[in-house]
Amino acid sequence: MADPKKLVEMLKTLEDQLVTCMRCGMCQAQCPVFAQSGREGDVTRGKIALLTGLAEEMIKDPDGVNNKLNRCLLCGTCEANCPSGVKVTDIFLRARAVMAAYTGMSAAQKLIFQKLLTNPGLFNTLLDIGSKFQGIFTKPVDDILGTSCARFNAPIIGDRHFKTLAAKPLHADVPSLDTPAGVSKLRVAFFPGCVVDKIYPSVGHAVLKVLKHHGVGVYMPKGQACCGIPAISNGDVASFQEMVKKNIELFRKGDFDYLITPCATCTSTIKKIWPTYYEDKSDQVALAKIVEKVKDVSAFLVDVLKVSPTDIPGTKTVTYHDPCHLRNSLGVTAQPRTLLQATPGVKFVEMTDAASCCGSGGSFNLKFYELSQEIGRKKAQHVIDSQAETVATSCPACMMQITDMLSKAGASRKVRHVVELYADAL
Amino acid sequence: MTAKALIKDFEAIVGKDNVLTSEADLASYSYDAAVLPNAMPGLVVRPTTSEQLGKTVKLCNDNAIPMTVRGSGTNLSGGTIPSTGGIVVLTTALNRILEINEEDLYAVVEPGVITSKFAAEVAKRGLFYPPDPGSQTVSTLGGNVAENAGGLRGLKYGVTKDYVMGMTFFDVNGELVKSGGKTVKCVTGYNFTGLMVGAEGTLGVYDTITLKLVPPPAAAKAMMAVFDTVMDACRTVAAIIAAKIVPATLELMDNFTIRTVENFRKAGLPTEAQALLLIEVDGHPAMVEEDAAKVEEICKKNKAASVRVAKDANERNAVWQARRDALPALAKVKPTTVLEDATVPRSKIPDMMAALDDIAKKYNLTIGTFGHAGDGNLHPTILTDKRNTEEWHRVEAAIDEIFDRALALGGTLSGEHGIGMAKAKYMKQECGIAAIEYSKRMKSVLDPKGILNPGKLIVG
Ligand SMILES: Cc1cc2nc3c(=O)[nH]c(=O)nc-3n(C[C@H](O)[C@H](O)[C@H](O)COP(=O)(O)OP(=O)(O)OC[C@H]3O[C@@H](n4cnc5c(N)ncnc54)[C@H](O)[C@@H]3O)c2cc1C
Ligand code: SF4
Ligand code: SF4
Repeated sequence: MADPKKLVEMLKTLEDQLVTCMRCGMCQAQCPVFAQSGREGDVTRGKIALLTGLAEEMIKDPDGVNNKLNRCLLCGTCEANCPSGVKVTDIFLRARAVMAAYTGMSAAQKLIFQKLLTNPGLFNTLLDIGSKFQGIFTKPVDDILGTSCARFNAPIIGDRHFKTLAAKPLHADVPSLDTPAGVSKLRVAFFPGCVVDKIYPSVGHAVLKVLKHHGVGVYMPKGQACCGIPAISNGDVASFQEMVKKNIELFRKGDFDYLITPCATCTSTIKKIWPTYYEDKSDQVALAKIVEKVKDVSAFLVDVLKVSPTDIPGTKTVTYHDPCHLRNSLGVTAQPRTLLQATPGVKFVEMTDAASCCGSGGSFNLKFYELSQEIGRKKAQHVIDSQAETVATSCPACMMQITDMLSKAGASRKVRHVVELYADAL
Repeated sequence: MTAKALIKDFEAIVGKDNVLTSEADLASYSYDAAVLPNAMPGLVVRPTTSEQLGKTVKLCNDNAIPMTVRGSGTNLSGGTIPSTGGIVVLTTALNRILEINEEDLYAVVEPGVITSKFAAEVAKRGLFYPPDPGSQTVSTLGGNVAENAGGLRGLKYGVTKDYVMGMTFFDVNGELVKSGGKTVKCVTGYNFTGLMVGAEGTLGVYDTITLKLVPPPAAAKAMMAVFDTVMDACRTVAAIIAAKIVPATLELMDNFTIRTVENFRKAGLPTEAQALLLIEVDGHPAMVEEDAAKVEEICKKNKAASVRVAKDANERNAVWQARRDALPALAKVKPTTVLEDATVPRSKIPDMMAALDDIAKKYNLTIGTFGHAGDGNLHPTILTDKRNTEEWHRVEAAIDEIFDRALALGGTLSGEHGIGMAKAKYMKQECGIAAIEYSKRMKSVLDPKGILNPGKLIVG
């Protein structure tokens, strides 16, 4: 559909939101992409002005605007600090959908979003093959996985120091679970998310160990689909619908008090993006139930199970990186720190700018690898300067990025999920 | 479209990466924080050294192309909206602090240094740079100097101009002119520095700026006084000054602003109050205690319904949070926020507040007013939707009348936001024809081709 008139028409639907930006420019203090490039087109104000220009037919080149629009980590920092309350994430996701409809998606993107991520069985098989052959089987895997959620292509491309695909994904070890509530009298649904499942199964195992320890029953249905963020952030609204639908079908069958994820991005996607973008009206009741119950694992442990700091001083220094999707969109910052302080043996130290973005941003890292690296290097330096032996965080995508950046900096620091450290000490 | 050969020339000066030509890049420099129409530049260049900056200016002049220097583009008067097809020169890569001299209490900076970053660096050395515009986390020092930016501490500490000791700037031919110096006293030649401050990029381009630093106050105390009438609040302001106390900050919020902020933050502000005064005294600890007690007494004497003195850092923060929330809270009410800064002599604040009330009623508009009561600098903030043409006409008429009334009270068009394009047409009314003619004559000599930020400050 390359009809410019249609594009303008679709962009006009965003007008009521675009106009709320008062162009004060205060987002220049927040945006990690702008901090790197210093270009107005990269900051929120610039992107909004460009979309407005396009909608008002002042700008003629949609591809140029699209390129700027994509230079965004969707980290939400600007939105959380915008004096005018501009709904930035919403504007950008909708604009990306409009752009995708206008420019069309690449064949690789279509394959990933429409075939793979909506079809967990096929996706898993492919990744299983990928994990066995990674290294030999470069090109096709690269193309297929290239634009997906959290850079599953990682180990394959030249100079990236990524964590490789796990030899055995979580779902191979634990295909499903349905255990009754224990001493806590609670039962939770467990949504590990793609990255934990395929790259950091140890995080998934840690969550299950912790839940068992606290006597929490687990409902973990087989065949969970992706949370949908890679699709919607690339403008593929239709695939997003399918992914969410699959998950709703699975989770509506379970009986649980909370839905737990160890992935900041999945948590915020389910909480904030699902209710706004999922369209099927007949599923609204089931959807509302899930949305209401979703919780980050550390928030669950601290707020619900009342895990609290120990008095025994630890010796293992650990610092914490705030994933944007927990901090900016959900305001979860205290609970992961409390969990670390509740972990025997851990001595928690704060790093400078713990809240600054690591530069991962899902497929941003793939499209703008250099920029992503520059942003990540700053984060790595803060970790190094903190002198901590270990950096903990709450999002597997951040873990990948920070691992990559630290290893490039030649720093031997461990990168762990807060729940892994807590589980280790049980 | 800018000619290919010219683009090559700019590239030869600043490098290919620092010349932006794509439509999207150009469009993102077609506006600033003012509510004014956009204008597309022909080219954007980003010098990374002083030498490149000088050559850029010269090349623009040689080719008679209008150029607009841009820091962070947060000015509220259209000072960085370029001429259509003109060149935007970014200072954002000229962001080095060249020297902080702790013995002689000055610093030398490039124009693109961010205000709050500079203030933080200075604070690390145990010194103080007071000018604190609300935009300080993003504004550049060059932009501050060119707009003569003020801030919350203006009453006691003055504004940007009070801290500019000297500078080097490029004249329109790209020659580096030195002015002022690093000494407290300096009377060598004309005071170019004074001329360049607030010149909005129309007379020359700052290369380095020498800024005065002061020792920080040892202690501070904040308080919030609640009033049933604006008049009582204003009388209190006058009484504080008459008692020879100069608070660092003396801020006023009107009832509409109080209600909007409370609605936004739910911090327990008195929504019935017609006015709030937010006051901070600072200095030597013993003096601060004494002044705070006196101010509290003055407030009460002038019929303050209540006075809350902050007992600790948290409470102090809560007082200032209310003030920091004023603009964000107002901005969320309607899509378009027109932030004005008409300023009157301190004693005329009650009249100006009354005038603003009249104007809001007359034009049927929503206006929230807050501002620096201590120095007469009010921020009537008109909340509107510029897409509503009929209402927008009323907004324009209201702005005209705000200026008329401020001038009639012996005030000025702009206390701190600058003239730019937004207020250039009102200049005659305030300064008179001779001042405009004098400016034009000066400009015609210093910038014969009229390339330095044309259309700003002086028109007609
Ligand atoms: C939310 C908000 C709050 C604000 N609060 C205040 C406040 O409290 N007090 C206040 O005074 N202002 C305030 N402002 C206005 C604005 O931030 C100031 O005017 C600020 O000084 C502009 O800095 P800038 O770097 O954005 O400059 P820009 O907007 O980029 O430029 C401003 C002017 O400076 C000129 N200029 C920049 N660099 C140079 C140079 N090297 N040589 C010559 N000319 C140059 C430009 O040509 C232009 O005319 C506020 C603005 C916003 C959006
Ligand atoms: S901070 Fe918000 S209102 Fe201000 S320019 Fe950025 S997006 Fe617009
Ligand atoms: S979401 Fe993050 S990367 Fe995107 S514009 Fe906002 S601050 Fe910048």
